[in-house]
Amino acid sequence: MKFQRVKALTSKEIKKTIREPAVLFMIFLFPIVFVLAFGMSFGGLGGSTQPVYALGVVNMDQQNTANYTLHFIDALSATKILSVQIYVDNQTAQDDLSQGKVQAVMLIPDGFSQSLVSYNAVPDDPSQWVNVTVSLYLDKGSIVATQAIPPIIQQVLDTFTNQDRQTVLTPVSLQIASYVETKQTSAFEFMAPGMFTFASIFLIMMVAQSFTQDRENGMMKRIRTTPTTPTEFMTSQIISYMLIALIQAVLVFAAIHLIGFKPNVDFSAYALAFVFVLIFSLSNVGFGLITATVAKTSNAATGLSFLFVLPQLFLGTFVGASLSSAAQTASKFVPSYYVTDALTSLFLRGAHVTSQTVLFDFATVTASCILILAAGIILYAKYYRI
Amino acid sequence: MDKFAIVMEDVVKNFEDVTAVNHVSLHVASGELFGLLGPNGAGKTTTVNMLCGLLKPTSGSVFVGGYDVQKENVKVKELIGVCPQETATYPYLTGIENIELFGNLYTLDRKTLSARRDMLLEKMGLAQDAKRKVEKYSGGMKRRLSIILALIHNPQIIFLDEPTIGMDPQSRRAVWDFMQELKREGKTIFLTTHYMEEAEILCDRVGIIDYGKLIAVDAPKKLISKYGVANLEEVFIKLTGRKIREEV
Ligand SMILES: Nc1ncnc2c1ncn2[C@@H]1O[C@H](COP(=O)(O)OP(=O)(O)O)[C@@H](O)[C@H]1O
Ligand SMILES: [Mg+2]
Repeated sequence: MKFQRVKALTSKEIKKTIREPAVLFMIFLFPIVFVLAFGMSFGGLGGSTQPVYALGVVNMDQQNTANYTLHFIDALSATKILSVQIYVDNQTAQDDLSQGKVQAVMLIPDGFSQSLVSYNAVPDDPSQWVNVTVSLYLDKGSIVATQAIPPIIQQVLDTFTNQDRQTVLTPVSLQIASYVETKQTSAFEFMAPGMFTFASIFLIMMVAQSFTQDRENGMMKRIRTTPTTPTEFMTSQIISYMLIALIQAVLVFAAIHLIGFKPNVDFSAYALAFVFVLIFSLSNVGFGLITATVAKTSNAATGLSFLFVLPQLFLGTFVGASLSSAAQTASKFVPSYYVTDALTSLFLRGAHVTSQTVLFDFATVTASCILILAAGIILYAKYYRI
Repeated sequence: MDKFAIVMEDVVKNFEDVTAVNHVSLHVASGELFGLLGPNGAGKTTTVNMLCGLLKPTSGSVFVGGYDVQKENVKVKELIGVCPQETATYPYLTGIENIELFGNLYTLDRKTLSARRDMLLEKMGLAQDAKRKVEKYSGGMKRRLSIILALIHNPQIIFLDEPTIGMDPQSRRAVWDFMQELKREGKTIFLTTHYMEEAEILCDRVGIIDYGKLIAVDAPKKLISKYGVANLEEVFIKLTGRKIREEV
């Protein structure tokens, strides 16, 4: 492989992107305008019909007098909105929370039962009560969960302290005191990770157009009369679109930063986010090639590319913020979902770059994108010579 | 280099419903300026595409520079320069950028590339417009650029598929002069055309192709005297009973 050829072809591809106004708009301006418009206009949250939230419970209560703790947990499960998962130690629970496996973690403190016992003994004399605090940690990335979970738990707690209708005036000594991650995530922040993926998906159309156009105007053939090898040509295409994806990601990042998305994470999270976008761009080249194989003309390619653009858009980015459960299942089959999921873990849940979820997403994205790219190259090479 | 730059042995090319090239055998000597002459649809482009490895013959074999085009594709590609019939250039690049891209594809070094580039731009009368984007070029300018792209690496064997089609007389003359200069340098040129006078003025030998069949091969003068006519146009009429350019 001759670097001189790859470099020349890459620079040609980049020049095309920068110089053709339609391409420039589609690749750079459109995503940014979309992100800005979306971010500025998106106010409330789209509350869908009663989803189930996973609540991690860490029970630190030593004296389980009167089984209050168990009753409490049972009462929480009975709400049907919460699916309770018991943890033996706080650390595991917190890890799972940061990786999005549960939406909230509740810490039942030592003395919880004792507190309720003291309350029931003298419901009218607060000075005799043992005060405890139930701590609740919430997933910043799940906006619906942050708003829905605390009131549910509060309601359940109230049933333990206000059983007697006559004593409504009695102050409740139990309170949810510890919102460690109480900062309310805005709807925009919730969607920000998906925006990285969003911009990149349109590369599918660009790649498909690039190949069909070069076929139409005879450039593919002309390149084939030179000693350029198919490997050199494909490498130049892959490098070009990785570069374009990188520039896109930087621009989108600047745009969402401008709107106010400033995740409090270290450099490694950002670096990994960009690596994700780069690897994801491979699948766009792959889907673009598949489109270019099927499409006879560049016009047909534009339309056909939406066959790959739309599912990835609606199932794997912020566009499909509240999905039906069927769509949630379907989303597991698009690579963009894993990119968005990983970026959400990194930026919103504060997951470490080496955490299990992020690594799983990374492996999934890498494997699927390489497969899609390979499929694209094989399919294209079967019907057209490169 | 081989005695023969181009050898075709009983070559047939079938498309789904037509036989584009029908049992053609041909030898073109090294250093020869050969013209393949024929009306539209005769099979000229199909022939060139097989010679430069873009199309696989249905049967028969093709050798260029002594190499089997099918088996030693890479060797052949390094020897040849091809100017396709459609003016394939990148519209969003400037003339210079197009030239440099192809120079790099042939892995020319910087110095050689810029020297060849400037010489060819001058020869083809494009020096003035070299820095403009090709989408702003006229049809004739694109053709001249296309010829430069084919010649940037100073190839030994040159294929020019209807290079002067749609050019103004002045540009056509410049291209003819340049082809003769290339011939003096010892290059082999395989030219296709349906312009009789082009073939007559330039070519050492011409092959007349009609409906995929090579119906005559000889020096223009010999063909003219053999059929006792005034020019190649009349040779074609004599052979086929038709005028060569009736459909243009
Ligand atoms: N890719 C193709 N598929 C089907 N038929 C083709 C193809 N290319 C050329 N032909 C047919 O082969 C014949 C010769 O075409 P061509 O070589 O382009 O002629 P010329 O260059 O002499 O005008 C024509 O009848 C043309 O329609
Ligand atoms: Mg032709």
